[in-house]
Amino acid sequence: MLQLQAIESGYGESPVLRNVTMRVDQAQVVCLIGRNGVGKTTLMRTLTGQLKIRHGTMSLDEVDVTTWDSVYRARSGIGYVPQGREIFPLLTVKENLLLGLEPCNPQPKTFPEDVIELFPVLPQMYHRQGGDLSGGQQQQLAFARALASRPKLLLLDEPTEGIQPSIVEEIRNVICKIKAQGNTSVILVEQSIDFVRSVADYIYVMDKGSIVAQGDPEHIDIEQFEHYLTV
Amino acid sequence: MEMLILQTFNGLSVSSILLLIALGLAVTFGLMNVINMAHGELIMIGAYSAYVTQNLFASYLPKSWYEGYFFAALAASFLIAALMGCLLETILIRHLYGRPLDSLLATWGVGMMLQQVARFIFGAPNVAVTSPSWLNGGLAITSTLVLPYKRLFIMALVALVLTAMYLYIYKSASGRRMRAVMQNREMAGCLGISTRHVDSLTFAIGSGIAGIAGCALTLLGPIGPSIGTYYIVDAFMVVVLGGVGKLIGTVAGALGIGIFNTLFETYTSASIGKVLVFACIVAFLQWKPRGLVALRTRSLD
Repeated sequence: MLQLQAIESGYGESPVLRNVTMRVDQAQVVCLIGRNGVGKTTLMRTLTGQLKIRHGTMSLDEVDVTTWDSVYRARSGIGYVPQGREIFPLLTVKENLLLGLEPCNPQPKTFPEDVIELFPVLPQMYHRQGGDLSGGQQQQLAFARALASRPKLLLLDEPTEGIQPSIVEEIRNVICKIKAQGNTSVILVEQSIDFVRSVADYIYVMDKGSIVAQGDPEHIDIEQFEHYLTV
Repeated sequence: MEMLILQTFNGLSVSSILLLIALGLAVTFGLMNVINMAHGELIMIGAYSAYVTQNLFASYLPKSWYEGYFFAALAASFLIAALMGCLLETILIRHLYGRPLDSLLATWGVGMMLQQVARFIFGAPNVAVTSPSWLNGGLAITSTLVLPYKRLFIMALVALVLTAMYLYIYKSASGRRMRAVMQNREMAGCLGISTRHVDSLTFAIGSGIAGIAGCALTLLGPIGPSIGTYYIVDAFMVVVLGGVGKLIGTVAGALGIGIFNTLFETYTSASIGKVLVFACIVAFLQWKPRGLVALRTRSLD
Protein backbone atom coordinates (compact mmCIF):
# COMPACT_ATOMS: atom_id res chain seq x y z
CA MET A 1 0.00 0.00 0.00
CA LEU A 2 2.94 2.36 0.68
CA GLN A 3 5.79 2.56 -1.82
CA LEU A 4 8.93 4.63 -1.33
CA GLN A 5 11.24 4.83 -4.32
CA ALA A 6 14.77 6.23 -3.84
CA ILE A 7 13.68 8.94 -1.42
CA GLU A 8 16.06 11.77 -0.57
CA SER A 9 15.23 14.33 2.12
CA GLY A 10 16.74 16.39 4.93
CA TYR A 11 16.92 19.68 6.79
CA GLY A 12 17.93 22.90 5.06
CA GLU A 13 20.98 22.39 2.90
CA SER A 14 22.05 19.11 4.45
CA PRO A 15 20.55 15.88 3.14
CA VAL A 16 19.87 13.21 5.75
CA LEU A 17 18.12 10.44 3.84
CA ARG A 18 19.72 9.01 0.71
CA ASN A 19 18.14 6.55 -1.64
CA VAL A 20 15.58 5.08 0.76
CA THR A 21 13.40 2.46 -0.89
CA MET A 22 10.73 0.73 1.18
CA ARG A 23 7.37 -0.91 0.81
CA VAL A 24 4.61 -1.62 3.28
CA ASP A 25 1.81 -4.04 2.48
CA GLN A 26 -1.79 -4.00 3.65
CA ALA A 27 -2.09 -4.64 7.42
CA GLN A 28 1.62 -5.21 7.77
CA VAL A 29 3.69 -4.08 10.76
CA VAL A 30 7.02 -2.89 9.43
CA CYS A 31 9.76 -2.08 11.91
CA LEU A 32 12.56 0.37 11.32
CA ILE A 33 15.60 -0.03 13.51
CA GLY A 34 18.93 1.72 13.75
CA ARG A 35 21.13 3.78 16.03
CA ASN A 36 20.31 7.29 17.17
CA GLY A 37 20.91 9.87 14.49
CA VAL A 38 20.77 7.63 11.42
CA GLY A 39 17.61 9.29 10.09
CA LYS A 40 14.67 7.24 11.41
CA THR A 41 12.73 10.23 12.70
CA THR A 42 13.68 12.19 9.57
CA LEU A 43 12.08 9.44 7.51
CA MET A 44 8.92 9.62 9.65
CA ARG A 45 8.77 13.39 9.26
CA THR A 46 9.24 12.99 5.53
CA LEU A 47 6.37 10.51 5.37
CA THR A 48 4.02 12.88 7.24
CA GLY A 49 4.97 15.71 4.88
CA GLN A 50 6.72 17.93 7.43
CA LEU A 51 9.89 17.57 5.37
CA LYS A 52 9.87 17.80 1.61
CA ILE A 53 10.90 14.89 -0.59
CA ARG A 54 13.73 16.14 -2.82
CA HIS A 55 14.17 13.14 -5.04
CA GLY A 56 12.28 9.93 -5.46
CA THR A 57 8.58 9.19 -5.20
CA MET A 58 6.12 8.20 -2.51
CA SER A 59 2.81 6.57 -3.33
CA LEU A 60 -0.04 5.56 -1.06
CA ASP A 61 -2.56 3.06 -2.43
CA GLU A 62 -1.22 3.65 -5.94
CA VAL A 63 -1.71 7.43 -5.62
CA ASP A 64 1.39 9.56 -6.03
CA VAL A 65 1.57 11.75 -2.90
CA THR A 66 5.19 12.91 -3.30
CA THR A 67 4.41 16.63 -3.42
CA TRP A 68 1.50 16.68 -0.95
CA ASP A 69 1.94 18.68 2.25
CA SER A 70 1.21 17.35 5.74
CA VAL A 71 -2.42 18.48 5.73
CA TYR A 72 -3.27 16.42 2.62
CA ARG A 73 -1.12 13.48 3.71
CA ALA A 74 -3.09 13.35 6.97
CA ARG A 75 -6.40 13.55 5.11
CA SER A 76 -5.31 10.78 2.77
CA GLY A 77 -5.01 8.46 5.77
CA ILE A 78 -1.60 8.78 7.43
CA GLY A 79 -1.82 8.76 11.23
CA TYR A 80 1.19 9.86 13.25
CA VAL A 81 2.35 9.28 16.82
CA PRO A 82 5.49 11.42 16.99
CA GLN A 83 8.50 10.99 19.19
CA GLY A 84 7.81 13.18 22.22
CA ARG A 85 4.02 12.72 21.73
CA GLU A 86 3.33 16.35 20.69
CA ILE A 87 0.17 16.59 22.75
CA PHE A 88 -1.40 20.06 22.70
CA PRO A 89 -0.45 21.13 26.23
CA LEU A 90 -3.19 23.69 26.92
CA LEU A 91 -6.06 21.72 25.45
CA THR A 92 -7.97 19.22 27.54
CA VAL A 93 -7.59 15.51 26.93
CA LYS A 94 -11.03 15.46 25.36
CA GLU A 95 -10.15 18.31 22.98
CA ASN A 96 -6.90 16.58 22.04
CA LEU A 97 -8.88 13.46 21.18
CA LEU A 98 -11.47 15.34 19.15
CA LEU A 99 -8.68 16.89 17.08
CA GLY A 100 -7.85 13.35 16.03
CA LEU A 101 -11.08 13.40 14.01
CA GLU A 102 -9.90 16.35 11.88
CA PRO A 103 -8.66 14.24 8.94
CA CYS A 104 -12.11 12.63 8.56
CA ASN A 105 -14.52 13.87 5.95
CA PRO A 106 -17.31 14.28 6.93
CA GLN A 107 -16.30 14.70 10.55
CA PRO A 108 -18.18 12.53 13.04
CA LYS A 109 -19.63 14.29 16.08
CA THR A 110 -18.45 11.79 18.67
CA PHE A 111 -15.24 9.99 19.33
CA PRO A 112 -15.23 6.30 18.25
CA GLU A 113 -15.96 4.02 21.24
CA ASP A 114 -13.75 1.16 20.17
CA VAL A 115 -10.66 3.37 20.13
CA ILE A 116 -11.37 4.57 23.67
CA GLU A 117 -11.82 0.98 24.80
CA LEU A 118 -8.20 0.33 23.88
CA PHE A 119 -7.13 2.94 26.43
CA PRO A 120 -9.49 2.62 29.42
CA VAL A 121 -7.50 5.14 31.47
CA LEU A 122 -8.35 8.07 29.18
CA PRO A 123 -12.03 8.73 30.04
CA GLN A 124 -11.11 9.51 33.67
CA MET A 125 -8.86 12.33 32.46
CA TYR A 126 -11.10 14.02 29.87
CA HIS A 127 -11.09 17.40 31.60
CA ARG A 128 -7.42 17.60 32.53
CA GLN A 129 -5.02 19.59 30.40
CA GLY A 130 -2.90 17.55 28.00
CA GLY A 131 0.27 19.18 29.28
CA ASP A 132 -0.42 18.04 32.85
CA LEU A 133 -0.38 14.34 31.97
CA SER A 134 2.62 12.09 32.58
CA GLY A 135 4.68 10.79 29.68
CA GLY A 136 2.94 7.41 29.64
CA GLN A 137 -0.52 8.96 29.77
CA GLN A 138 0.42 11.35 26.96
CA GLN A 139 1.63 8.41 24.90
CA GLN A 140 -1.74 6.66 25.24
CA LEU A 141 -3.49 9.91 24.37
CA ALA A 142 -1.31 10.34 21.26
CA PHE A 143 -2.16 6.78 20.20
CA ALA A 144 -5.89 7.29 20.62
CA ARG A 145 -5.70 10.62 18.78
CA ALA A 146 -3.90 9.02 15.84
CA LEU A 147 -6.29 6.06 15.67
CA ALA A 148 -9.46 8.17 15.81
CA SER A 149 -9.53 8.89 12.09
CA ARG A 150 -8.97 5.18 11.30
CA PRO A 151 -5.78 5.77 9.29
CA LYS A 152 -4.65 3.46 6.52
CA LEU A 153 -1.07 3.85 7.65
CA LEU A 154 0.03 4.49 11.23
CA LEU A 155 3.50 5.92 11.90
CA LEU A 156 4.85 5.18 15.38
CA ASP A 157 8.08 6.93 16.34
CA GLU A 158 9.62 5.19 19.37
CA PRO A 159 6.33 4.72 21.23
CA THR A 160 7.94 2.85 24.12
CA GLU A 161 10.73 5.33 24.82
CA GLY A 162 10.81 6.25 28.51
CA ILE A 163 7.52 4.48 29.28
CA GLN A 164 6.85 2.19 32.26
CA PRO A 165 6.79 -1.57 31.45
CA SER A 166 3.04 -2.07 32.02
CA ILE A 167 2.18 0.62 29.47
CA VAL A 168 4.76 -0.77 27.04
CA GLU A 169 2.87 -4.05 27.34
CA GLU A 170 -0.41 -2.24 26.70
CA ILE A 171 1.07 -0.58 23.60
CA ARG A 172 2.23 -3.98 22.34
CA ASN A 173 -1.32 -5.30 22.77
CA VAL A 174 -2.75 -2.34 20.88
CA ILE A 175 -0.35 -2.91 17.98
CA CYS A 176 -1.33 -6.59 17.90
CA LYS A 177 -5.04 -5.66 17.87
CA ILE A 178 -4.51 -3.19 15.00
CA LYS A 179 -2.71 -5.93 13.12
CA ALA A 180 -5.51 -8.43 13.78
CA GLN A 181 -8.17 -6.01 12.53
CA GLY A 182 -6.35 -5.83 9.20
CA ASN A 183 -7.34 -2.29 8.18
CA THR A 184 -4.23 -0.39 9.16
CA SER A 185 -0.59 -0.83 8.23
CA VAL A 186 2.05 0.26 10.73
CA ILE A 187 5.58 1.60 10.46
CA LEU A 188 7.22 1.29 13.86
CA VAL A 189 10.52 2.91 14.82
CA GLU A 190 11.86 1.04 17.80
CA GLN A 191 15.11 0.49 19.71
CA SER A 192 14.10 -2.57 21.71
CA ILE A 193 14.87 -5.76 19.77
CA ASP A 194 12.51 -7.85 21.91
CA PHE A 195 9.63 -5.53 21.18
CA VAL A 196 10.40 -5.58 17.45
CA ARG A 197 10.61 -9.37 17.41
CA SER A 198 7.19 -9.71 19.03
CA VAL A 199 5.24 -7.54 16.57
CA ALA A 200 7.16 -7.16 13.29
CA ASP A 201 6.17 -8.69 9.96
CA TYR A 202 9.13 -7.17 8.22
CA ILE A 203 12.24 -5.33 9.35
CA TYR A 204 14.32 -2.58 7.79
CA VAL A 205 17.68 -1.62 9.28
CA MET A 206 18.89 1.90 8.73
CA ASP A 207 22.37 3.37 8.93
CA LYS A 208 23.71 6.78 7.81
CA GLY A 209 20.45 7.69 6.11
CA SER A 210 20.08 4.56 4.01
CA ILE A 211 18.48 1.15 4.34
CA VAL A 212 21.37 -1.28 4.89
CA ALA A 213 19.50 -4.52 5.53
CA GLN A 214 15.99 -5.93 5.46
CA GLY A 215 14.12 -9.18 5.88
CA ASP A 216 11.29 -10.81 7.76
CA PRO A 217 11.99 -11.56 11.40
CA GLU A 218 11.65 -15.35 11.19
CA HIS A 219 14.15 -15.75 8.41
CA ILE A 220 16.76 -13.21 9.39
CA ASP A 221 19.00 -13.31 12.36
CA ILE A 222 18.60 -9.97 14.13
CA GLU A 223 21.85 -10.57 15.98
CA GLN A 224 23.71 -10.11 12.72
CA PHE A 225 22.51 -6.52 12.67
CA GLU A 226 23.78 -5.85 16.16
CA HIS A 227 26.76 -3.91 14.90
CA TYR A 228 24.33 -1.46 13.32
CA LEU A 229 22.58 -1.01 16.62
CA THR A 230 25.43 -0.75 19.11
CA VAL A 231 27.53 2.35 19.34
CA MET B 1 -21.16 57.08 48.86
CA GLU B 2 -22.24 58.79 45.66
CA MET B 3 -18.59 59.56 44.95
CA LEU B 4 -17.71 55.91 45.36
CA ILE B 5 -20.43 54.72 42.96
CA LEU B 6 -19.45 57.33 40.41
CA GLN B 7 -15.77 56.42 40.65
CA THR B 8 -16.50 52.72 40.32
CA PHE B 9 -18.72 53.38 37.33
CA ASN B 10 -16.09 55.59 35.67
CA GLY B 11 -13.43 52.98 36.37
CA LEU B 12 -15.55 50.21 34.84
CA SER B 13 -16.38 52.42 31.90
CA VAL B 14 -12.72 53.17 31.15
CA SER B 15 -11.94 49.47 31.63
CA SER B 16 -14.67 48.43 29.21
CA ILE B 17 -13.33 50.75 26.49
CA LEU B 18 -9.77 49.55 27.08
CA LEU B 19 -10.97 45.97 26.96
CA LEU B 20 -12.85 46.45 23.72
CA ILE B 21 -9.73 47.94 22.10
CA ALA B 22 -7.48 45.23 23.50
CA LEU B 23 -9.66 42.19 22.71
CA GLY B 24 -8.74 42.17 19.04
CA LEU B 25 -5.11 42.51 19.98
CA ALA B 26 -5.48 39.64 22.45
CA VAL B 27 -6.19 37.47 19.42
CA THR B 28 -3.57 38.74 16.97
CA PHE B 29 -0.83 39.43 19.52
CA GLY B 30 -1.88 37.11 22.35
CA LEU B 31 -2.67 34.00 20.33
CA MET B 32 -0.68 34.52 17.14
CA ASN B 33 2.29 36.51 18.54
CA VAL B 34 2.11 39.00 15.69
CA ILE B 35 3.01 42.54 16.76
CA ASN B 36 0.51 44.34 14.59
CA MET B 37 1.18 48.07 14.79
CA ALA B 38 -1.62 48.62 12.27
CA HIS B 39 -4.15 47.47 14.88
CA GLY B 40 -5.00 51.09 15.67
CA GLU B 41 -5.71 51.71 12.00
CA LEU B 42 -8.09 48.73 11.95
CA ILE B 43 -9.91 50.54 14.78
CA MET B 44 -9.89 53.65 12.59
CA ILE B 45 -11.33 51.64 9.69
CA GLY B 46 -14.12 50.43 11.97
CA ALA B 47 -14.87 54.01 13.03
CA TYR B 48 -15.02 55.28 9.45
CA SER B 49 -17.19 52.31 8.48
CA ALA B 50 -19.67 53.48 11.10
CA TYR B 51 -19.46 57.02 9.66
CA VAL B 52 -20.13 55.78 6.13
CA THR B 53 -22.99 53.54 7.28
CA GLN B 54 -24.59 56.49 9.04
CA ASN B 55 -24.35 58.64 5.92
CA LEU B 56 -25.79 55.88 3.75
CA PHE B 57 -28.70 55.49 6.14
CA ALA B 58 -29.30 59.24 6.18
CA SER B 59 -29.35 59.61 2.41
CA TYR B 60 -30.87 56.40 1.05
CA LEU B 61 -33.15 54.87 3.64
CA PRO B 62 -36.47 56.02 5.12
CA LYS B 63 -36.12 58.32 8.10
CA SER B 64 -37.79 55.89 10.46
CA TRP B 65 -34.95 53.44 9.94
CA TYR B 66 -32.25 55.94 10.79
CA GLU B 67 -32.27 55.26 14.54
CA GLY B 68 -31.29 51.67 13.91
CA TYR B 69 -28.22 52.54 11.87
CA PHE B 70 -25.89 51.77 14.75
CA PHE B 71 -26.54 48.02 14.62
CA ALA B 72 -25.86 47.97 10.89
CA ALA B 73 -22.74 50.03 11.59
CA LEU B 74 -21.50 47.46 14.11
CA ALA B 75 -21.87 44.66 11.57
CA ALA B 76 -20.30 46.73 8.79
CA SER B 77 -17.35 47.72 10.98
CA PHE B 78 -16.70 44.11 11.90
CA LEU B 79 -16.90 42.85 8.33
CA ILE B 80 -14.85 45.61 6.71
CA ALA B 81 -12.11 45.51 9.35
CA ALA B 82 -12.05 41.69 9.17
CA LEU B 83 -11.71 41.85 5.41
CA MET B 84 -8.86 44.36 5.68
CA GLY B 85 -7.20 42.14 8.28
CA CYS B 86 -7.55 39.11 6.04
CA LEU B 87 -6.00 41.04 3.17
CA LEU B 88 -3.16 42.29 5.37
CA GLU B 89 -2.46 38.77 6.59
CA THR B 90 -2.46 37.26 3.11
CA ILE B 91 -0.33 39.93 1.48
CA LEU B 92 2.12 40.78 4.23
CA ILE B 93 1.99 39.16 7.64
CA ARG B 94 2.06 35.52 6.65
CA HIS B 95 5.50 36.07 5.16
CA LEU B 96 6.72 37.46 8.48
CA TYR B 97 5.62 34.83 11.01
CA GLY B 98 8.38 34.23 13.54
CA ARG B 99 10.06 37.56 12.68
CA PRO B 100 8.60 39.95 15.28
CA LEU B 101 10.86 42.92 14.50
CA ASP B 102 10.16 42.77 10.78
CA SER B 103 6.43 42.44 11.25
CA LEU B 104 6.47 45.34 13.73
CA LEU B 105 8.15 47.65 11.20
CA ALA B 106 6.12 46.44 8.24
CA THR B 107 2.76 46.79 9.99
CA TRP B 108 3.77 50.22 11.28
CA GLY B 109 4.34 51.25 7.69
CA VAL B 110 1.00 49.80 6.68
CA GLY B 111 -0.61 51.74 9.52
CA MET B 112 0.80 55.03 8.22
CA MET B 113 -0.33 54.20 4.72
CA LEU B 114 -3.86 53.48 5.93
CA GLN B 115 -3.91 56.80 7.78
CA GLN B 116 -2.97 58.62 4.58
CA VAL B 117 -5.63 56.73 2.65
CA ALA B 118 -8.19 57.84 5.23
CA ARG B 119 -6.98 61.49 4.91
CA PHE B 120 -7.27 61.17 1.16
CA ILE B 121 -10.82 59.81 1.22
CA PHE B 122 -12.38 61.60 4.21
CA GLY B 123 -10.08 64.62 4.63
CA ALA B 124 -7.77 65.49 7.50
CA PRO B 125 -10.31 67.15 9.87
CA ASN B 126 -12.21 65.00 12.32
CA VAL B 127 -15.70 63.93 11.38
CA ALA B 128 -18.57 63.42 13.78
CA VAL B 129 -20.92 60.49 13.94
CA THR B 130 -24.27 61.43 15.46
CA SER B 131 -25.15 58.92 18.11
CA PRO B 132 -28.62 57.44 17.82
CA SER B 133 -31.02 59.45 19.98
CA TRP B 134 -31.98 56.47 22.12
CA LEU B 135 -28.43 56.52 23.48
CA ASN B 136 -28.64 60.15 24.61
CA GLY B 137 -29.34 60.89 28.24
CA GLY B 138 -28.63 58.60 31.12
CA LEU B 139 -29.91 56.42 33.88
CA ALA B 140 -30.66 58.64 36.87
CA ILE B 141 -29.75 56.91 40.14
CA THR B 142 -30.19 60.04 42.27
CA SER B 143 -30.75 63.65 41.24
CA THR B 144 -27.00 64.29 40.92
CA LEU B 145 -25.83 60.85 39.89
CA VAL B 146 -26.56 59.99 36.25
CA LEU B 147 -25.01 57.08 34.40
CA PRO B 148 -24.88 57.88 30.66
CA TYR B 149 -26.59 55.33 28.40
CA LYS B 150 -23.68 55.45 25.95
CA ARG B 151 -21.25 54.18 28.55
CA LEU B 152 -23.71 51.50 29.70
CA PHE B 153 -24.19 50.48 26.07
CA ILE B 154 -20.43 50.10 25.58
CA MET B 155 -20.22 47.94 28.71
CA ALA B 156 -22.99 45.71 27.39
CA LEU B 157 -21.29 45.55 24.00
CA VAL B 158 -18.00 44.51 25.60
CA ALA B 159 -19.76 41.82 27.60
CA LEU B 160 -21.39 40.54 24.41
CA VAL B 161 -18.15 40.51 22.40
CA LEU B 162 -16.31 38.84 25.26
CA THR B 163 -18.95 36.11 25.59
CA ALA B 164 -19.00 35.51 21.86
CA MET B 165 -15.21 35.26 21.78
CA TYR B 166 -15.16 32.90 24.75
CA LEU B 167 -17.75 30.62 23.16
CA TYR B 168 -15.94 30.69 19.84
CA ILE B 169 -12.43 30.07 21.13
CA TYR B 170 -13.17 27.58 23.90
CA LYS B 171 -16.37 25.82 22.85
CA SER B 172 -16.48 25.57 19.06
CA ALA B 173 -14.66 23.15 16.79
CA SER B 174 -13.20 26.03 14.82
CA GLY B 175 -11.83 27.59 18.02
CA ARG B 176 -10.33 24.24 18.98
CA ARG B 177 -8.49 24.13 15.68
CA MET B 178 -7.32 27.69 16.25
CA ARG B 179 -5.85 26.88 19.67
CA ALA B 180 -4.26 23.69 18.34
CA VAL B 181 -2.48 25.58 15.55
CA MET B 182 -1.25 28.29 17.94
CA GLN B 183 0.14 25.69 20.35
CA ASN B 184 1.78 23.29 17.93
CA ARG B 185 1.65 24.24 14.30
CA GLU B 186 3.43 21.19 12.86
CA MET B 187 1.42 18.63 14.78
CA ALA B 188 -1.83 20.40 13.89
CA GLY B 189 -0.82 20.10 10.25
CA CYS B 190 -0.12 16.38 10.72
CA LEU B 191 -3.71 16.02 11.96
CA GLY B 192 -5.04 17.47 8.73
CA ILE B 193 -5.79 20.98 10.04
CA SER B 194 -5.14 23.56 7.35
CA THR B 195 -2.86 25.96 9.21
CA ARG B 196 -2.99 28.59 6.44
CA HIS B 197 -6.75 28.74 6.67
CA VAL B 198 -6.72 28.95 10.47
CA ASP B 199 -4.10 31.74 10.44
CA SER B 200 -6.02 34.01 8.13
CA LEU B 201 -9.33 33.30 9.87
CA THR B 202 -7.82 34.08 13.29
CA PHE B 203 -6.25 37.29 12.07
CA ALA B 204 -9.49 38.31 10.40
CA ILE B 205 -11.42 37.77 13.65
CA GLY B 206 -8.92 39.82 15.66
CA SER B 207 -9.14 42.60 13.10
CA GLY B 208 -12.92 42.46 13.03
CA ILE B 209 -13.06 42.95 16.80
CA ALA B 210 -10.82 46.01 16.37
CA GLY B 211 -13.43 47.26 13.90
CA ILE B 212 -16.19 46.86 16.49
CA ALA B 213 -14.06 48.83 18.94
CA GLY B 214 -13.73 51.60 16.36
CA CYS B 215 -17.48 51.65 15.86
CA ALA B 216 -18.02 51.97 19.61
CA LEU B 217 -15.52 54.85 19.82
CA THR B 218 -17.74 56.94 17.55
CA LEU B 219 -20.17 57.18 20.49
CA LEU B 220 -17.56 58.95 22.61
CA GLY B 221 -16.44 61.70 20.31
CA PRO B 222 -15.39 62.78 16.81
CA ILE B 223 -13.13 60.50 14.81
CA GLY B 224 -10.09 61.26 12.69
CA PRO B 225 -7.51 59.43 10.59
CA SER B 226 -5.09 59.15 13.52
CA ILE B 227 -7.65 57.95 16.10
CA GLY B 228 -5.92 54.57 16.27
CA THR B 229 -2.58 55.93 17.43
CA TYR B 230 -4.20 57.24 20.64
CA TYR B 231 -5.30 53.77 21.59
CA ILE B 232 -2.63 51.40 20.31
CA VAL B 233 -0.27 51.88 23.30
CA ASP B 234 -3.07 51.32 25.79
CA ALA B 235 -4.14 48.20 23.94
CA PHE B 236 -0.67 46.67 24.03
CA MET B 237 -0.36 47.62 27.73
CA VAL B 238 -3.56 45.77 28.55
CA VAL B 239 -2.51 42.60 26.73
CA VAL B 240 1.04 42.58 28.11
CA LEU B 241 -0.11 43.32 31.67
CA GLY B 242 -2.82 40.68 31.46
CA GLY B 243 -0.48 37.97 30.27
CA VAL B 244 -0.26 36.75 26.72
CA GLY B 245 -2.52 33.98 25.51
CA LYS B 246 -5.39 33.97 27.99
CA LEU B 247 -8.66 35.87 27.57
CA ILE B 248 -9.18 36.15 31.33
CA GLY B 249 -5.79 37.86 31.63
CA THR B 250 -6.83 40.55 29.15
CA VAL B 251 -9.99 41.18 31.17
CA ALA B 252 -7.95 41.46 34.38
CA GLY B 253 -5.45 43.78 32.69
CA ALA B 254 -8.16 46.11 31.39
CA LEU B 255 -9.92 46.21 34.78
CA GLY B 256 -6.64 46.92 36.56
CA ILE B 257 -5.55 49.74 34.26
CA GLY B 258 -9.04 51.26 34.01
CA ILE B 259 -9.75 51.35 37.74
CA PHE B 260 -6.29 52.58 38.77
CA ASN B 261 -6.35 55.18 36.04
CA THR B 262 -9.63 56.64 37.33
CA LEU B 263 -8.44 56.43 40.91
CA PHE B 264 -5.18 58.26 40.26
CA GLU B 265 -6.87 60.86 38.07
CA THR B 266 -9.31 61.69 40.86
CA TYR B 267 -6.57 62.62 43.30
CA THR B 268 -4.02 64.04 40.83
CA SER B 269 -4.40 65.38 37.29
CA ALA B 270 -5.10 63.46 34.09
CA SER B 271 -1.48 63.40 32.91
CA ILE B 272 0.04 62.63 36.31
CA GLY B 273 -2.55 59.85 36.68
CA LYS B 274 -1.45 58.28 33.41
CA VAL B 275 2.21 58.52 34.42
CA LEU B 276 1.44 56.80 37.74
CA VAL B 277 -0.44 54.00 35.96
CA PHE B 278 2.42 53.36 33.56
CA ALA B 279 4.92 53.46 36.43
CA CYS B 280 2.84 50.84 38.26
CA ILE B 281 2.71 48.63 35.15
CA VAL B 282 6.48 48.83 34.67
CA ALA B 283 7.04 47.97 38.33
CA PHE B 284 4.57 45.09 38.16
CA LEU B 285 6.17 43.62 35.04
CA GLN B 286 9.56 43.74 36.75
CA TRP B 287 8.09 41.59 39.47
CA LYS B 288 6.02 39.31 37.22
CA PRO B 289 7.31 39.54 33.64
CA ARG B 290 4.66 37.20 32.28
CA GLY B 291 1.76 39.36 33.41
CA LEU B 292 -1.21 38.77 35.69
CA VAL B 293 -2.28 35.41 34.29
CA ALA B 294 0.69 33.29 33.30
CA LEU B 295 0.23 30.00 31.51
CA ARG B 296 1.72 27.16 33.48
CA THR B 297 1.93 23.55 32.44
CA ARG B 298 4.36 20.68 32.62
CA SER B 299 5.18 20.77 28.93
CA LEU B 300 5.98 24.49 28.87
CA ASP B 301 8.44 24.40 31.79
